[in-house]
Amino acid sequence: MTEMMLDIRNLKVSIPTDRGMLNAVRGVDLQIAKGETLCLVGESGCGKSLTATSIMGLLPRYAKVTSDRFEMAGQDLTTKTDAKLAKLRGRDVAMIFQDPTSALNPTLTIGRQLTEGVMRHEKLSRKEADARAIEMLDRVGIANPAARLTQYPHGFSGGQRQRIMIASALMGRPRLLIADEPTTALDVTIQAQILALLGELQADLGLSLLLITHDLGVVAAIANDVAVMYAGRIAERAPAVDLFGTPRHPYTKGLLAAIPVPGVTPRGSELPAIPGRVPGLIGTMQGCAFRDRCAIAGPECAHDPVPRISAGQGQFVECVKAAEVVA
Amino acid sequence: MLSFISKRLLVALLVCLTVSALSFGLMFVSGDPAIAIAGSGGRAEDAEAIRVAYGFDRPLVVQYLDWIGSALTGDLGQSIYFNVPVTEIIGNRAGVTLTLGFISFLVALVIAVPLGVAAALRPNGWIDRIALVIAVSGQAIPSFWLGLMAIVVFGVWYGWVPISGADTWQGYILPVIVLSYYAIPELMRITRSGMIDVLATDYVRAAKAKGLPMHLVISRHALRNAVLPLVSLAAVQLGQLLSGSIVIESVFALNGLGRLAWESLLRSDLPVVQAIILILSLLYVVLTTLADILNAVLDPRLRGGS
Amino acid sequence: MSDVNIETARPSVWRKLRGNTGALIGGTLLAVIILIALLAPLLAPHDPIAQDLTRRLLPPFWHDRSVPEHLLGTDHLGRDYLSRMIYGARVSLGVGLGVILVSGTIGITLGLIAGYFGGWIDLVISFAITTRLSLPIVLVALAAVALGGASLTTLITVLGLLLWDRFAVVTRAAAQSLRHQEFIMGLRAIGASRTRILFLEILPNMRATILVVVSLEVANVILLEAALSFLGLGVRPPTPSWGLMISEGRDNILFDPWLIALPGSALCLLVLAVNLFGDGMRDITGPARK
Repeated sequence: MTEMMLDIRNLKVSIPTDRGMLNAVRGVDLQIAKGETLCLVGESGCGKSLTATSIMGLLPRYAKVTSDRFEMAGQDLTTKTDAKLAKLRGRDVAMIFQDPTSALNPTLTIGRQLTEGVMRHEKLSRKEADARAIEMLDRVGIANPAARLTQYPHGFSGGQRQRIMIASALMGRPRLLIADEPTTALDVTIQAQILALLGELQADLGLSLLLITHDLGVVAAIANDVAVMYAGRIAERAPAVDLFGTPRHPYTKGLLAAIPVPGVTPRGSELPAIPGRVPGLIGTMQGCAFRDRCAIAGPECAHDPVPRISAGQGQFVECVKAAEVVA
Repeated sequence: MLSFISKRLLVALLVCLTVSALSFGLMFVSGDPAIAIAGSGGRAEDAEAIRVAYGFDRPLVVQYLDWIGSALTGDLGQSIYFNVPVTEIIGNRAGVTLTLGFISFLVALVIAVPLGVAAALRPNGWIDRIALVIAVSGQAIPSFWLGLMAIVVFGVWYGWVPISGADTWQGYILPVIVLSYYAIPELMRITRSGMIDVLATDYVRAAKAKGLPMHLVISRHALRNAVLPLVSLAAVQLGQLLSGSIVIESVFALNGLGRLAWESLLRSDLPVVQAIILILSLLYVVLTTLADILNAVLDPRLRGGS
Repeated sequence: MSDVNIETARPSVWRKLRGNTGALIGGTLLAVIILIALLAPLLAPHDPIAQDLTRRLLPPFWHDRSVPEHLLGTDHLGRDYLSRMIYGARVSLGVGLGVILVSGTIGITLGLIAGYFGGWIDLVISFAITTRLSLPIVLVALAAVALGGASLTTLITVLGLLLWDRFAVVTRAAAQSLRHQEFIMGLRAIGASRTRILFLEILPNMRATILVVVSLEVANVILLEAALSFLGLGVRPPTPSWGLMISEGRDNILFDPWLIALPGSALCLLVLAVNLFGDGMRDITGPARK
């Protein structure tokens, strides 16, 4: 049994809004093994970013977060206070964000931003912290790191800023890295470089990686396991190869069918889109959230609970008709 | 950085020149300054005498250059009413206005900035609502009325402070309170909205994600950025406090520049009025230029290059 | 549903309500005051400038010494205060409106041209704005009025010529951002004339922003007129301006504080109404405000 870096059961996140209680995350299970890369995929509004933010403990005070189990590296986090969680942040678990430009403080040098976390957590001196920062910058591919420590973010390109952010996240030698759409704001060529970098770092440092994205191309490039999220719940989880080869949830099938394949998809044909829209998440929902858009839904799909069919090694699909979805 | 400063200074210089021309031109709003000075009861011969004595019969440009030239050497003309150099009269009174302005400004900052930050940390919380009430009332209440009421309540009914005059420091208490009440709303609003914007940024999220405690996140990351829009506004507010104190000075019988300008207007002592307008404008230009430079110091992005 | 911005998702019930209630309360109050001003001749029980020296300084109805014909008492010249208060609304609103018309026209035109054309036109106009901002407004207005004459027209003209800056700044910024939008480029491509674009396409898109500026500036003008009249160089007696009434009542505040309390409260109410309405409109028409 591989050691679990992250083990979360039945995570629920609710936020009060003008129009009622927004149940953004409605019972999510996440397990990530040591050294594994899990990609959390979904459209905007499915709750994937909120899931990540809640793992970091960065949700605002008025958000309601509950879970049946919340363990990181064997430590039970459900009862931790805010201050204790703050200690974990930056050391055991780190996060990188989507837009590298806005994630770096424009009025502080990158050296300062790189070193402040470890100087605080590990009580390193300025010199020691700077040395590690230079080493990190070099590792992520920034040329001439020593000289650039005193520069400000606006002196770097977008790709470079993303590398700096990765370096910053890894300064504390975390064991779990959460990446929220790390390549979305970048050019395609830079995307590939960043993904390759993440892969290397992961292998070198034995990192577990939770990568959030809406881009199936990114998933194909880097994922061990994939969890497909829809309307606040995980619809399907499987190893990447299995997911792309034999998707079992109708939503997953729909997503994959919409990707044009050069040489296979006939020219001039319409790409099959999933009809309908993502349901609003205000209030509670009965039954399967996807049923209004599903081609094979039936009356039994409107009832709770939606069965989860497991298939070993954390793989599962939540669908009434799963048995009927031919492999 | 240097080119930025020199450009700013050039603009400032041009503005000063234009303002000086405008203050100079103010004299001629009524058409013939000689008549204005002679007063409504003056005779044509008086007006003519004045015209010659003060050189109003010369071409406008010549008059302006003469005035500007003297001003640069520190000679702002002669007061018609007192018959002493303008600089002498202004010198006496400037202290009051400057003291009043600066102290009110500091008080306003000390109250507005922390209030704005606190309000931003918990939007729609009770501090935020109190701040809102202060802001709304500060902008709706006429300062002279507040001053008068304050005099009645605190000066007369309770006798806590002197009713008028600036002989003792207690005489400054009420005017400072009233003036700063006028300056607080804008300063608080900008701090609050700047802070709210900054707290929602990714770099603040990233700072929290690094595990930094909240007080560091605020002081090291948030404030630096939230303060940027405040600098320019603060300079403008200070400028307005200094040049707009005329009403307060009149209510509290303080002998400052504003009151002097008002009295001089009533006495048709135009050189004094001109000089005061010029000085206040120059002060404003200096303040805003300094604010721009301060902005460049605080925000690395404005300095250009890396 | 797009990603909810969790920072602002919190009980914005207060915000929405505040936006709407503010606009509602402010708007109603404003409408009432405007109505009073318009119907002044019908509402005022007496002639606001008629003096009666035998009835000086009578207190308002909540005092025992009061007289039924003068609900709000009389001033130092025996003039009915209620009537003066009612006509005072006319002065404040009238001057406010007049000045806004002048300053708004100047400011919006300058701002539009500067923002749309850019280049040296923008440089010149921006320079003018900077210069105007450097002037001590109250002093300059005082001087201009003192030297230029005592009429209401002079006052309105002077203030109008001085207070156009915020209009210019805001419309300039808005024009700059609109000028690059695609629909404008499309219009240029089909040969629409510049004037047409400026006034028929860009200007209407700024309606909401301009409305907000108008409300801010009206409040500004009302307070400025009151201050100038208070200093004796605004509206001249015997016209009843609230600011002037405060100044006239100043000598008697110890024993007859209502002389300044009443007009002062009226000023507060009016400015409050305008601000509430303006803020409310900004909340309703603009993007999510904090």
